[in-house]
Order: sequence, then C-alpha cells, then structure tokens
Amino acid sequence: MAKGYSVFSLLKHALKPDSAWPQAWEKPQPRSSYDVVIIGGGGHGLATAYYLAKNHGITNVAVLERSYIGSGNAGRNTTIIRSNYMIGGNTNFFEFSLKLWEGLSHELNYNCMVSHRGQVVVAVSPVQMDVFARRGNIMRLNGIDAELLDRGETQKLLPYLDYSKEARFPVWGAIHQPRAGTARHDAMVWGYARAASQLGVHIIENCEVTGMVMDGNRVTGVETTRGRINAGKVGIAVAGHSSHVARMAGLKLPVESHILQAFVTEPVKPIVHHVVSWGAELFYLSQSDKGGLVFGGHIDGFNTYTQRGQFFKIRDVMECAVSLMPFMSRMRLLRHWGGIQDMTPDGSPFICRTPVDKLYLNGGWCYQGFKATPASGWTFAHTIAHDAEHDLNRDFTLDRFEKGGELDEFGIGNWTYKQ
Amino acid sequence: MTGFRRLDTGGRIDRGKTITFTYDGSRAFGFAGDTLASALLASGRVLVARSFKYHRPRGFLSAGPEEPNGLFTVGDEPNTPGTLCEIHEGLAAKSQNAWPSPDFDLMAINGLASPIFGAGFYYKTFMGPFRKSWMFYEPFIRKAAGLGIASASADKTRHDVSHGFCDVLVVGSGPAGLAAALTAGRAGLRVVLAELDFELGGSLLSAGSEALEHWRKEAISELEALKNVRLLTRAAVQGLYDGNQVVVQRRPEPGQSAATLEIIRARTIIHAGGATERPLVFQNNDRPGVMLASAVRSYLHRHALVPKSQAVVVTNNDSAYATAFDLAEAGVAVTIAELRAAPSGDLLARAAQLGIAIFPNTGVADVVGDKQLRQVKLGGRHSVTIDCDVLAMSGGWSPNVHLTSHGGIKPKFDESLAAFLPGGFAAGQFGAGALMGTFGLLASVREGEAAGQAALAFLGSKKQVRPVDAPGIREDRAYAISPVWGTAGPKTKAFVDFQNDVTAKDVATAHQEGYLSVEHLKRYTTLGMGTDQGKTSNINALAMMADLRGLSVNETGTTTFRPPYLPLTVGAIAGRSVGHHFRPTRRSPLHDWHAAHGVTFIEAGLWMRAWYYDWAGRTPEEAYVREMELVRKGVGLADVSTLGKIDVQGPDAAEFLNRLYVNGFAKLPVGKARYGVMLNDDGVVLDDGTTSRISDTQFYMTTTTAQAGEVMSWLEYLLQCHWPELKVHVASLTDEWGGMALSGPKSREALQLAFPEADVSHDGLPYMGVKDITFGGTTVRLMRLSFSGELAYEIHCPADFVIALWEHVLKVADPLGIKPYGLEALASLRIEKGHVAGLELDHRNTLDDLGLGKMAAREKPYIGKELRFREKLQAPDRWSLVGLELMEPGKKLRGGSILFAAADEIKGHGRGYITSVTWSTELNKFIALGLYQGGLKHEGEEIVAAFPLKNEQVKLKIVSPHFIDREGARLHA
Amino acid sequence: MRLPCPYCGDRDVSEFRYGGDASRQRPAHGAGSAKEWHDYYFVFDNPKGAHTEHWQHVLGCRQWFTLNRDTARNEILGGEE
Repeated sequence: MAKGYSVFSLLKHALKPDSAWPQAWEKPQPRSSYDVVIIGGGGHGLATAYYLAKNHGITNVAVLERSYIGSGNAGRNTTIIRSNYMIGGNTNFFEFSLKLWEGLSHELNYNCMVSHRGQVVVAVSPVQMDVFARRGNIMRLNGIDAELLDRGETQKLLPYLDYSKEARFPVWGAIHQPRAGTARHDAMVWGYARAASQLGVHIIENCEVTGMVMDGNRVTGVETTRGRINAGKVGIAVAGHSSHVARMAGLKLPVESHILQAFVTEPVKPIVHHVVSWGAELFYLSQSDKGGLVFGGHIDGFNTYTQRGQFFKIRDVMECAVSLMPFMSRMRLLRHWGGIQDMTPDGSPFICRTPVDKLYLNGGWCYQGFKATPASGWTFAHTIAHDAEHDLNRDFTLDRFEKGGELDEFGIGNWTYKQ
Repeated sequence: MTGFRRLDTGGRIDRGKTITFTYDGSRAFGFAGDTLASALLASGRVLVARSFKYHRPRGFLSAGPEEPNGLFTVGDEPNTPGTLCEIHEGLAAKSQNAWPSPDFDLMAINGLASPIFGAGFYYKTFMGPFRKSWMFYEPFIRKAAGLGIASASADKTRHDVSHGFCDVLVVGSGPAGLAAALTAGRAGLRVVLAELDFELGGSLLSAGSEALEHWRKEAISELEALKNVRLLTRAAVQGLYDGNQVVVQRRPEPGQSAATLEIIRARTIIHAGGATERPLVFQNNDRPGVMLASAVRSYLHRHALVPKSQAVVVTNNDSAYATAFDLAEAGVAVTIAELRAAPSGDLLARAAQLGIAIFPNTGVADVVGDKQLRQVKLGGRHSVTIDCDVLAMSGGWSPNVHLTSHGGIKPKFDESLAAFLPGGFAAGQFGAGALMGTFGLLASVREGEAAGQAALAFLGSKKQVRPVDAPGIREDRAYAISPVWGTAGPKTKAFVDFQNDVTAKDVATAHQEGYLSVEHLKRYTTLGMGTDQGKTSNINALAMMADLRGLSVNETGTTTFRPPYLPLTVGAIAGRSVGHHFRPTRRSPLHDWHAAHGVTFIEAGLWMRAWYYDWAGRTPEEAYVREMELVRKGVGLADVSTLGKIDVQGPDAAEFLNRLYVNGFAKLPVGKARYGVMLNDDGVVLDDGTTSRISDTQFYMTTTTAQAGEVMSWLEYLLQCHWPELKVHVASLTDEWGGMALSGPKSREALQLAFPEADVSHDGLPYMGVKDITFGGTTVRLMRLSFSGELAYEIHCPADFVIALWEHVLKVADPLGIKPYGLEALASLRIEKGHVAGLELDHRNTLDDLGLGKMAAREKPYIGKELRFREKLQAPDRWSLVGLELMEPGKKLRGGSILFAAADEIKGHGRGYITSVTWSTELNKFIALGLYQGGLKHEGEEIVAAFPLKNEQVKLKIVSPHFIDREGARLHA
Repeated sequence: MRLPCPYCGDRDVSEFRYGGDASRQRPAHGAGSAKEWHDYYFVFDNPKGAHTEHWQHVLGCRQWFTLNRDTARNEILGGEE
C-alpha cells in the first residue's frame, strides 16, 4: 500500500503553507537496462508496473511514455466501471476488476473517487428484456449484483427519461448493477504512478519508443527518443496504437484503430444519480462529481488515428441524449474530444504472450479499457512475470481467432467490418 | 457604492426603448442594446455571482463571450453568461451558486477552508475510514459542486438544423473580417460572414471613433446590398471539422427561444476571430469591480457606462492606454499602474495632457473591499493606496486560435507578442487581423483584404476587385508588451482561473508535486475546465508553469483547443431528430389497415409491427394464444412485409446464390423455393431465408427483417469488390413489395377463394412451389412456404396493392373464419415448429449449433466454409439447439433463464440458456427453444432452468425442438 | 470529412459505409486454407498513414469503391478505379 496522503497531512500542510508536498511520482533519468520495460504510461501500463512490483517483487521496471502519463485513453474515457459481462472468459475478469476498484483508493493511498452509484441499462423491447435477463442471471450466478427492473421501477429510479408516447423506443424496463459506477480517471493514473514509483518503478515521460531491439525471435530492448534501453522482457500497453508498436517487432494484429468520441456538458447541480445506458443505441451517460454530464456513443465507424471526430456522429450522440433524456436538450455541450481505440474483431481484448519471445501484449480494449484497468494490470503483470497467462485472462489470447475462440460478448460479429 | 454610472448621451443603446426584466425576482430596467451585464452594471449591481469552489463574491470580468464569473439561469437554461445575453421584455434571470443570494451567501464559509482546499485536495483525502468511504462523502461534494440547476422537465423547444454551402466563410466582423468579406463579396463569390455579437463590427464597436464608425457603416451597407453575401449576427462559429465543415450556432433574437444550427461546407475560410484580453494575476484580483481594460472600454462605448468617479488601470502593454484615455475624456479620474519601466513617449504625453498619473514599474499588490472593490494598493516602485470604483487590468492579448487548431494544427507561441498564434492553416484557409497578432486597425483592414484576395486566388477567381478604402484614422501605433505573468507563489487569493477558483498557489502546488505537463496542470487544478474553457486563464497559467520549469512557453505548449468555441445546447445540435423523430419509423404497407382494425403495435428495430389484434384479446398474453389457435385450427393472415426482399437477376444469379448459401442453389428448379442459410467469412451464421427461382436468371430472395440491410450490402460488396466477373444485379424490393402469410389447415381453401382462376391444388402449388399470377392487373407471387408449421402460403405483391389484396383475402375467406394474427403469434408458432429466428441467430452460433449442419453441402464451396471448421467451433461440448418443455405445471418459464444439468450446482455460466419461450396451445404447457451443452445428445434428460433475478428455478425436459408435426404431414397436406 | 464517390461526387462521410482495408487479398472462392482466410479476415495492417479501403455509398448510389486515405490526417489521397 502506498502512503503519505491523509486528512492529517493536509492539515499539516495547511498550517505550514511553505512546507512542500513531495513529487507524486519521481522523475528519474532512464537506466540503460531494466528487467521489464512497459511501453505506454496509461492506466494499463502503470497498473502493470505497480503489480509487477507489488505482487511479483519485480521492481527494476520502467514505464516509457511518449507524452505525459495518462495522455491517451486513460484520460479520455467516460469513467464508467461495471462488471456486467456474461461470456465465460469475460465475467470473472471484469468482476475481479470491479473488486480491485472497490479498494483502489486505499490500495494506492490516492482518492480515485470510486463511486458505486449503479449502472442502469434501459431496455426498449420485451425481447431485449430477455436478453438483459440472461446477462443478469449469469451475473447473479457468478456472485455479481444485478436487478431486473420493470418499467415502473425504472421510472422511479430514472424519472427524467422519456416515458411519454412521443418516445421512439419506449422504456420496457432495465437491468441495474448497483455496484457499478464511475471513478476519476486521472486519479487512477496518478495513483498507480505514485504507488509504483514508491515501490521503485521508473516512470519515464516524454520518451517515445521508436523501435524494438531483437535477437532472432527474442526482444532484448527498445530504441527510444532518449536512447536504447535494454530489457529482459517488454510489455506493450498502448491501446489505440497497438498495431503501430507491434509492427516494430514484425507483428500484425487483429486490430483496427478507430475513434471514439466523448462529450461533457457544463456543470449543473446533481440531477443524474446513476450511470445510464440505453438499449436502443449504444449510449451511456453519467454526471461527474463536478457536475458535468459525461456521455458517449458509438465509434465514428472507420479507422483513423486523428483524435478528432466527425460531426455527424456528434449529432447522432446528441440525438440519443435528448431522445432518452429530454431534459438534456437544454444542457450545454462544453467540450468534446476523441480517443483512438483498438477495435478487435470480437470486441474483446488481448492480454497475452506474443509470437515474439519475451514480448507481451496488452491491447485491443475496444470500448472497455477503463473499467478493466486494475485487472488488466494485475493479469498482465502475472503474464509477464510467469511467461504464462493467468486464469482470468486465459482467453484473451492473440491466436483465439485461428481457433474459433472469439469472445463475442454481444453476439454481433466482426466490429471492424460492420458499422 | 462603487461601480458604474450611465452617461446621459452616447453609447449604442436606445434610450427611447426601456426594457423591463427581472433579476432574482425583482424588477430591473435597461435599454434596447443592453446586455444583461450592462443593464445590471447600470443599475449599480457589481456583485452578481459567487465562485465555484470558495463562493467568493464575483462581478463581471469581461464584456464578451469569455466571461468566467457572471453566469445566470435565464428561463430554464443555466449558466448563461450575462455578457452574451441581450435583455428583452419579460426576461427572467436568476443568480446561481449562492444561497440565499450572491450578496449574502452562506456557502462562503468554504473560503475559510481555502488553505486546505487547494489543488489536489480531493485526491489526498476522503479515503477513510472504510474501503467505500467515498460513497459517504460524495453526495455532499456533488451537492456543493455544479453551477446552475438544470430542469429535469422535457424541453419542448423545436430546434432546427440547416445545411449551407459557400465559397468564402469569414469568421468575425471586425476590421479584418469586414475587409475580407468586402473583397470576396465584390468578386461575386458566395460569402458568409459570421459574427458572434448581435452587431457587426467587432472591436470597431468599442473604439469610440466617429471615423471608424463611418467606415464600419459604409462597409456593412455595401455588404448588405450584395446578394451573394449573407451576414450572420449572433452566429458563433463553434467548430471546424474535417473537410472544411463548419458548425455555426445562431443564437435566437432576444425573446425568441430556439437556437439554430447551420452546418456549412465552405470552400475557403478566412479566420478573423480577433483576440481576447488576459487578466493580470495579483492578490484579490477577483473582487467585483476588477475588470478587463477592454471590457471597461466596451461598456463605455457600447453601453455608455463609466466608473462612478475614479478608475485605476494596471497594464503590461500599450492597449490599456486606450481605455485610460477614453475614461479620462469621459470625466473619470484615472491612475495608471504601469508594470513596465515606461510606455512609449506619445502615450506619456497624451496621459499628461489628460491629467492621468502614471506609476511606472508598479503593479497591484492587493485589492481592498470585500464584496466589491473600494481601494487598490499599488506595489512595486510605488506603494500607494488609491480609492477607486473600477480597476481595469490588461495582461496582453491572446488571439482566438481555437478554431484554427480544431483541425489538428497546434498554435505557436510568439515571444514578442507574448501570445499563441495560429500554427498554420490547411489549404484554403487564411487568417487576418488580431487573430494573427496584428493589433493595428489599418493593418487589420489590409490583412483582411489580402486574405480575401488569397481566397479568390485559391478559388481561381480572375475577377479584378476594387481595393477596400482605409478607414480615415491616423497610422496605427505599434503594440508593445512586456509579459508579466504574475508569479505562481504563496498568494492564495491571486486568481488565475476565476470560474474554477484556481490560484497562483495552485499552479505552484502542481509544479511542486510534479504535475508539470500543461495537461497535468489543467487536470490536477481544474484550470480552464469551466464553462469559459479558460479563455482568460489558460495562457497565464501555462506561462507561469513554463516559468517555474525554466522553459519557454513554446516548449511547454498549450492544452488542446476543443470544440465547441462556446457552450452549445445539446438540443440545438440534435435538431428535430429527437423524440418520435429520433430514428425513421418504418411502416409496413398494411400499417394503416392494422391501425384502423384494432391492433397493438410494437417497435421491432426501426419497424412498427402489428403485435396482436384486439379481436384476440386485450393483453398480449391473452391474444397471442388465441391467434395461435386460429392458425393451428383454421386459417389466419399475417403481415410479413418487413422481411428483406431482394431481386437477384442475371445469367450468373444461380452461381452467385450457390456461393452464398451453404446449401446448393445452382440446380433449384424454376418455380421452386428453398430455405437457405448463409455464413459470414468467419463461418458463423449470418442470416437465413427462403429464396425462390422465378426464371432461369431471376431469383427472389427473402432475408430476416433484422438483417435485411446487412445482407443487401454484403451482396453488393461481393459482387462489386470481389466477384465483378459474375453477371448479376441485385435490387432491394423490401420497401417496394409487401407480403402476407396465409396459414392454417384451411389456408388452401382460403387461397382458392381468393384466386379462383389459379391452380393452387396440392399438385398445382406443391410444398415449396412458387408461381406468379396476375390478379387485378398486378403480379402476385404465391409461395407455398410455412413458418408456422401448418399448411401455409406467402402472398407477395407490389406495396401499393397489398392493402387491396389483404382486404380481398379477408373478405372472401371470411366464411372460413379467417382473422389477422400478429408478430407475437408468428414468433410463438415458429417456436412450436422449431424454426430458429433472431434470438437464436445471434453471431455466436454456428450452423451446427443450430442443428442445421446437415444442410451444408459437402463438395461445393460456399462462403465461410474454410473458417467454419475451426477447432473451437467444432468442439463436441458446444451449446446447440434443443427444445425444452416445462415439467412443473403452474409455473412460468422465462426467456434468459440459465440451464443446468439436474445434478449441477447452480452457479457459474451453466450449460446453456433459453432463447425463446412460448405457451404451446398444442401441448398445453410452456415450451422453449434453447442452447444446451451437447444439445440433443441429452434428449429426454430432465434439467434445471435458473432465473436468479427472480429467485426462480424450474424443471425442464430436453426434447426435440420440433414440438409439432415432426414428420411434416401438415406442411405437405 | 467528405468522401469522393466516383459516381456522385463529394459527399459527407455519413452517407457511406466503411468496408475495411481493401489491400487485403481475399482468397479465391473455394480456395485458400483456413490460415489464409484467418489472415484475410481477422488481421489488419492498420497503418498510420496511407490506407487503401473499401467504402460503399450506401445512402446514395450504393456503389462500392476503393479509396486512398491518410489515417493520420483523414486526408483523401485520391480515389482508385
């Protein structure tokens, strides 16, 4: 457990205004060699480094970040955490992640503002109620909380939805996971960085990996904008740019890079008390602690590395917002942005070994990277430390498509082709 | 009381038109031409708001869209800047974030805790004592946060979105924008000039110069006369997207409610959006009465407002002298604190002429006055305390580079101007005026004209255009600035970001703790994250951080400018595609008939489908069972127009279908239909349907309702991208044709009554037979197919004939007791027959899983064949289709139940699940289709269905999915 | 973004359906091993830069066409026949 922050330390600093807080994470010069180099200082990379040090005692670790830590999707998502997964390989992984979230602020001694405010997914047909029921039943059978709500119960919980005859897709009911919620994304990044740093991990910002150093089929280090760094093992955790980095080691991946946009309105007093998702279209919304309504929808629908979205998709998401929650019409959009995410053919990630010796891959996160971060770091650290997948990520392998082992959580087939 | 007073003459207000509005429930007055801000200032209100975190008293900082403090709830809309809000009769404005009022706000107690409350405060505490303690603290923190109160009621306003096209879009109507628009307009190009303000002129409106006003009016009247020029006021250019797509939001005229959005594709764009003045950072710089110098000048010239008697101006650059001089000329006693050693000689001379005292090398040490400014303590070379009504500050100018960066081009910092300038432009985009760091009026006019010329050249216009006349003023003065950013340091009340209460100390804290990147600074302190998006604060903070790190501002860079430029209502973007019009509603050609004959509709994807009919019952549960009985025992008619219908024609049509479907279609005889299944390339089921051969070269394909669009696109993809050698055309007939299913033991009789001329006998139209007949002068396609398992037919015909045909069949078959049946019965009948549909055909299931493996041809190739045999898709323990019968009468069977073997512990993922459930009228019990590990190998076994969401478990028996007529006697009857 | 439909001219991207990397070699019908089909269907170059791709003008003329686009800048690099 990391240490140093508490109400007492705050009071001490308040009374002695000139006393300095220590740096949250050290800013060391890179060494020439590490036992493990993690490429990518996002949530997944930093969490991996933390668990390598904490769970496996491997502290001679560097996290190399091209820009500032948390500059990728860790700081661009809509901060939702949940574990409503029903496919065998997914359920326990995401529930494990939610359990880690529950204790994360304590674990990291950094307030990640983990808010178990509940997620409600609104169903728009009797058929969808059955589909949601299946999901909820699987959750319950795996010790995960879930409740099926009828229309009346949904209305009690979410009075601001459109229950009028005007609604294009009427509310039939919903599925509710009370333990789901939100967390403060940047805090998670900084918390893992600080805790990893306290355990001796080097976090090197502004250090871009430009190539892999190979010895036959084994990776032995990386070339960076700050020189060559040798490594016993190398882990890639750069979702959005996985193809780009994997190519340096001669690998082609089942990944296409797509933009997902996100939106926030001006802050207002509390009005939405849950994470609300919709069964009519992919749409999800919650209110941040600061008061802004944070929401998003589908990917734009074609591959791109530009972090700016197309306006037609923005309109689409606004239409969803107003149609599900008519009060949203008056809210003012403050800012919108985009993140580049790895889309995989089955919508599920990779946490696995690769065909290259000592090279490991964490990527392919599609829409779900943020909520997965703690378990992703935990299992990726295990995979790197033991050169073998953990039971929780045993299905997140690269070769699953060759074997017909797709993890298609929603039963909709190849994302990258179908829009 | 300090603050402003209204002059009897001057300004751009109409003193003849008094406007009454309410502020926090009490009556207030202003004139036409006033904003809420100017009207409140004129009425003596300086304190109008409380800050976000510490609830400090705040007044207006600015006179424009950059306003961080003066936000109001206007009508139902929270967070409206008073500086942008034109007053109108009946306007109701309320203050925000203060209780009971901004004057006396009990929440101000937060300010006492400010030493603890600094940057990063939340991250360091509220963690204990328990693991989930945040859940205790969060509601309090949420309640304290947020600005205005949003109404949870539905917004009934109708918003419109329009699309526009132009050759030249000019952003901003200051001297540069007007000159650019004149140039492009004179060349006859389609010009759109978009101005944020309600009046055209930009900085000219606040100049107080008759010569400039004359030039402005001339320019506008010429532009107004040009038919090829559109002048938009109240038009915020909110975002620039790929392909020169510009999103313009038009605020309503005062008193009108709906903002509209215009999406403009501009061939060229001239950026002339001007610049925003920066505040200076000093202790208590947020006191009401401390304002931007340009804002004070704007209130003077636009709204005839002057500080009551005394003003202090503090500046690090030349531009604030204009404010000082204009105030002095209006009779205000002015003192200047000059942060630099000395301004240039001519400014000194003019100041002396006007009796203005200048203190060089002097800044503001502190501001005295609690709820509003009373005195200013100068510090530096001169330490004096001066009584004053208004403190006007200028920290220099930041060009509004937002829009120029939306396309991904980062701005560059110019050291001599101490400002970020556009880092470049995409092809066809140009910049002019203050946006480019050109602060002189004459130079701006020349630049605007040059940008206009550049746009003409880009568009290939050869037209000679008359030069733009220069305004009749003397030469521009050079703009000089010596950047004084304020020092990040211990001062806890020197504000950098006013709205989010970010102080100089917070910047220092972020630096100390290692949040060095500008993005970390922003995220750790919440700098620039307010409704003003840091328009006045960002550059100051970034520069302070650069200072602390010993780097140049260019090295540390800026945070990303994101659209929209100003907060933009969600409803304005969504336009009319909301509520009922959220998505298109697809209606069968029979929709109106259903509606007129007592039906309950249900949404199915985009379609509205007839769910069940009144004749059969009042609830779906009651009705579908009766409708099923009708089909099982007599004859019923169902609307199946939503099925995908594709006409496949050409010499290679048979070969094409033979490649698509897993089963053979090459040898399908003319006049026959066949059930086919197609796979995706990955070997998983894509869709199923019945396809008929109409002639040697023509086939009529049907698809599921849900996959119709997908399949159509897929066929086109294969034909156009991969198999261009096949001579095949496909055309969707889904909307052009409609269809009905005539089902039940009496259906042949009914069909014969309907088409007495046609041979529909068992031999004339055998099972899976198809024939086109002419009826009522129209082609009608009769197909002997069955989804229900009964003797049944589908009758398809052009959409405009469907109602007539439907009514005809119902009428002539009335003696047989025919009635319509709906979607619920359709779906239930097929369960009894064991036909797979949407819930079984999800993308996880293979041909074998659905019990259809035997359909696949062994020899011929078909799409998906290679990947169908991947290891895990062939595993013997895969879940495959079974029929299920409820063994416990009186209990209910539910879709989505999880299946377990009798001996299993009820946990984990089970051995399968129930896809579709129905009450079986034939078996008089609940039956279901489901997927079960090992499938029919377990036929006859008793298993358990668990539905833990309702704490239910029931016993089931695995049976064949064909609950009725396994031998097909009814089909072939 | 606007895409140049070779039949209809420049149109907003919202009228089109993306069909993925067009440089992938689809094995001939009935030919190709499972591995070849796997590589074709599941694995992508996903370059940051010039990308050849299929698009369908699905809300227009419904024609599929091939396009070169820079995925790092969303710039159209010129269509192909």
